[in-house]
Amino acid sequence: MNLLPDVRVHRPATLEEAVRLKAASEGARFLAGGTDLLVNLRRGLGEPTALIDLTAVADLGAIRREGEALWVGAGVTLADLARHPDVPPALAEAALAVAGPTHRAAATLGGNLCQDTRCVFYNQSQWWRESNSFCLKKEGDKCQVVAKSDRCYATYHGDIAPALMVLDAEALLVGPDGARRVKVAELYRETGASHLTLAEGEVLAVVVLPPLPGWRAAYRKVRIRDAIDFPLAGVAGALKRNGDVIGGFRMAITGTNSAPLAVDAAELIGRPWDADAAAVLAQLLRKKASVLRTTIVGPAYRRRVIQGMARKLVDELWA
Amino acid sequence: MKSILTLTVNGRRREDLVPDNLLLLDYLREQLGLTGTKQGCDGGECGACTVLVDDQPRLACSTLAVQMQGRRVETIEGLAKGGRMSRLQQAFHEKLGTQCGFCTPGMIMAAEALLRRNPHPSREEIKAALAGNLCRCTGYVKIIESVEAASG
Repeated sequence: MNLLPDVRVHRPATLEEAVRLKAASEGARFLAGGTDLLVNLRRGLGEPTALIDLTAVADLGAIRREGEALWVGAGVTLADLARHPDVPPALAEAALAVAGPTHRAAATLGGNLCQDTRCVFYNQSQWWRESNSFCLKKEGDKCQVVAKSDRCYATYHGDIAPALMVLDAEALLVGPDGARRVKVAELYRETGASHLTLAEGEVLAVVVLPPLPGWRAAYRKVRIRDAIDFPLAGVAGALKRNGDVIGGFRMAITGTNSAPLAVDAAELIGRPWDADAAAVLAQLLRKKASVLRTTIVGPAYRRRVIQGMARKLVDELWA
Repeated sequence: MKSILTLTVNGRRREDLVPDNLLLLDYLREQLGLTGTKQGCDGGECGACTVLVDDQPRLACSTLAVQMQGRRVETIEGLAKGGRMSRLQQAFHEKLGTQCGFCTPGMIMAAEALLRRNPHPSREEIKAALAGNLCRCTGYVKIIESVEAASG
């Protein structure tokens, strides 16, 4: 028999009930597909008093057109997201790049966006972490990656967030004080121990995708085991070609920092995509990606591969 | 904390009192005695615990039993009918898709989900559907051939 914290599991049928339950139970956590949270709880990473299971909330599971925009419920599974005809190809591609088919059948869009940050010193069993005097993210007072740091450097490894960022998507958050809409990038802050900006009691309900006529977008990642792993580094790009020059350009990276980050490449606009532009992009990526020793693969490879992947990806979008 | 769980397991409707923090894996293995579903890596990395939930493959090690309320769960024990193995099981037997056997229930359930959705998959589609299942004996070739034999 496997031990999980002794929790009460609530299964609300509506979003209002879910938000009310969360406000009423201190120390409760939202649960969706469970492929991230339950695995972590089994390793002693978290002691929630209750779990509020969102998989029974019917209205979180819809994909629908709302005027020009596409509204995707946070409870849509990654498998459904990948095969829905209205979902932009770059988003479907990112969804298909997450873990294996069995995970994608259970894991949800909202759960993927709100997944915990990861670190080779954190995603370990209780006894492993204890023998290593724990770490800043959980129970310890020292970061094992950057010894003198007062912040945690655990890395965000979600695949979907960067794709949504280059697609200019927004997230609809519902909390006890009502709903608000933020850009997907604003869901995160670069601190490994508390990387989500959602307020206490807020739940991610819907992702809103605007129409992007004339743009092409894609997502690429590298991983140890191609069939299933988190990205060692991932990059999403969107490009709008204006004749012989770049008319619009957006890029976002994951697997490198404590949050998925947009790469501001405004200086590429108005110039052609050539070797000089590629060198500029490589320089911007070098500055943005602060890859550290948070995975079993060393940082040097991850730093280099993100530049190579980004270049190839823009080559494809430009062609 | 306990809840009443109503669901269908291998075609039979059940009602059980289960602890809220009980994993689907332990519900099947410990409470129902269906030990065909294997406990492997405990982290969702090996696929040995794959079962079907409403025809979709699902990792029983990272699913709570109470999340199965009203759902249709199938395990490897549900495939044989009247004492005869299913076509897919027979194919794994005849094409040597099984060696030590530990990954086999998960492999067969993942392949079963594929064949229900797509009765004539290509080799690539078989590989993609089994991507989440690890085998440390066969080298996968015999497993893929077994699924092909069952789909022909």
